[in-house]
Amino acid sequence: MSAKQILTTLMMVLALIVVGSTTMAADMPEQVSLDTMVELFEAVEFDHDMHSELGEDCSVCHHHTTGTGTTDDRCISCHANSDELETVACINCHVSDPFSSEHLSRESQEIYQFHIDRPGLKAAYHWNCIGCHEEMDGPTGCEDCHARTPEGDEFYHKDATGSADEGGHH
Amino acid sequence: MSGISRRKFLAASVAVGAATTLGGTKKALAAGSFSGYPNSMGVLVDLTRCIGCRSCEAACNKEQKLPDPNLPFDDMSVFDQTFHHGTQKRRTDESAYTVVNRYTPEGSEPIYRKVQCNHCAEPACLSSCFVNAYTKTKEGAVIYDGSVCVGCRNCMIACPFNVPAYSYSSAFGAVVKKCIFCHETRLKDGLPPACVEICPQEALTFGKRKDLLKIGHQRIQTHPGRYIDRVYGEKELGGTHWMYLSPIPVEEVGFDPRPGNEPIISHVKEFLGVVPMVLAIWPALFTGFHLLAKNQEGHGDHEHDTEHQHDEEGGQQ
Ligand code: SF4
Ligand code: SF4
Ligand code: SF4
Repeated sequence: MSAKQILTTLMMVLALIVVGSTTMAADMPEQVSLDTMVELFEAVEFDHDMHSELGEDCSVCHHHTTGTGTTDDRCISCHANSDELETVACINCHVSDPFSSEHLSRESQEIYQFHIDRPGLKAAYHWNCIGCHEEMDGPTGCEDCHARTPEGDEFYHKDATGSADEGGHH
Repeated sequence: MSGISRRKFLAASVAVGAATTLGGTKKALAAGSFSGYPNSMGVLVDLTRCIGCRSCEAACNKEQKLPDPNLPFDDMSVFDQTFHHGTQKRRTDESAYTVVNRYTPEGSEPIYRKVQCNHCAEPACLSSCFVNAYTKTKEGAVIYDGSVCVGCRNCMIACPFNVPAYSYSSAFGAVVKKCIFCHETRLKDGLPPACVEICPQEALTFGKRKDLLKIGHQRIQTHPGRYIDRVYGEKELGGTHWMYLSPIPVEEVGFDPRPGNEPIISHVKEFLGVVPMVLAIWPALFTGFHLLAKNQEGHGDHEHDTEHQHDEEGGQQ
């Protein structure tokens, strides 16, 4: 066996292993870096593993896209038995620029009644995260999850020290 | 002057006008037929989504290059501030074009409401302004040209939402200041306002006003029990471009529950229609004030200013 043959065989074996393990679980990212607001906040390293162990059901977060049924009242009439979709990441449906003119004109063409007024990525995260964290005593304060960058501190005027009733003409 | 007394002031002027009509001319000049630019934009504010994080205030401060705040924007003690012996919550002023206030109705979680100009379809500020400082843009914003403002406070009295404020940099330099829907830096280029973009909760939905109305009614329908059945601003005062969905009656979050569906412009026109002389004299009078003010103010560059007034349509200040 030449070196080249060995290499080819190895690659095939490797490919088989990869294909064989392409089950849903192996597809699942262990960690997801949420980094759409990095100017003001550090990226949030979302522990997907830990959260998927906590949640009884993928559909709690993924609605009807993971092929595991759905618990959402609004999805159930059409998607009770929907298959797993090719892409299940949040950002595939919840765009990061929900109010750009391109997205708004796409939205106005949307024909599926239940898909209009879909939240953007930031809102989708916050609604899901905060709602659940409130129920399960997870972190809910802004900085519990989002460490601020120096630009963020400046944006919120961290060092403002005037008194509350100073200035203004109420 | 509190909001109520300002409105009473206006109502009183209208009443005086009406009393002198001797019948007949009433409503003759009523407006209300202008349905607005069809594709103009708006914002739907969903009070059930707002968590009172004040990020919108911070974003506005940065975008509009406003003075540094007294307290950091993540300081929540501002919600406890009241004015006029506890009767009034924070209001917008020359250094804050938007403020978030907290309401704590009995038996309910706190509700937060962001305050800013509502960009009325038929703005009372605009119709009360004698030097035509205001413009309603085709994008939906109500903007103003500070360089022609004479600081007469008419708009402040006329606005049903207590929005316009003044910056008093010098005796004659009083100039109106308010939210301009980020018109210059964003809206006119099709971008959402800074406050909308930063909101972590999408409590502020930006879109065509006509689409927002549909979305608003659909939210009410799809979430029974979550909202009262009203999109505040759909019809109120002739319609506003910033509109509200509320979980509780609007008066409990500081709105006038019965402002009527007539734009204030109808009343103003009615009032002015009664005394046509006023129409003829006031603009001249105010132009006089304005020229006087500008003359006293600068010695070198006022000619410059006056030249600019007309071609800088409502430039932001
Ligand atoms: S809310 Fe007040 S300032 Fe804003 S457009 Fe309406 S009348 Fe004018
Ligand atoms: S629209 Fe612009 S000016 Fe108005 S409150 Fe928002 S950020 Fe401030
Ligand atoms: S940024 Fe959004 S959630 Fe935060 S206070 Fe403003 S409107 Fe409310």
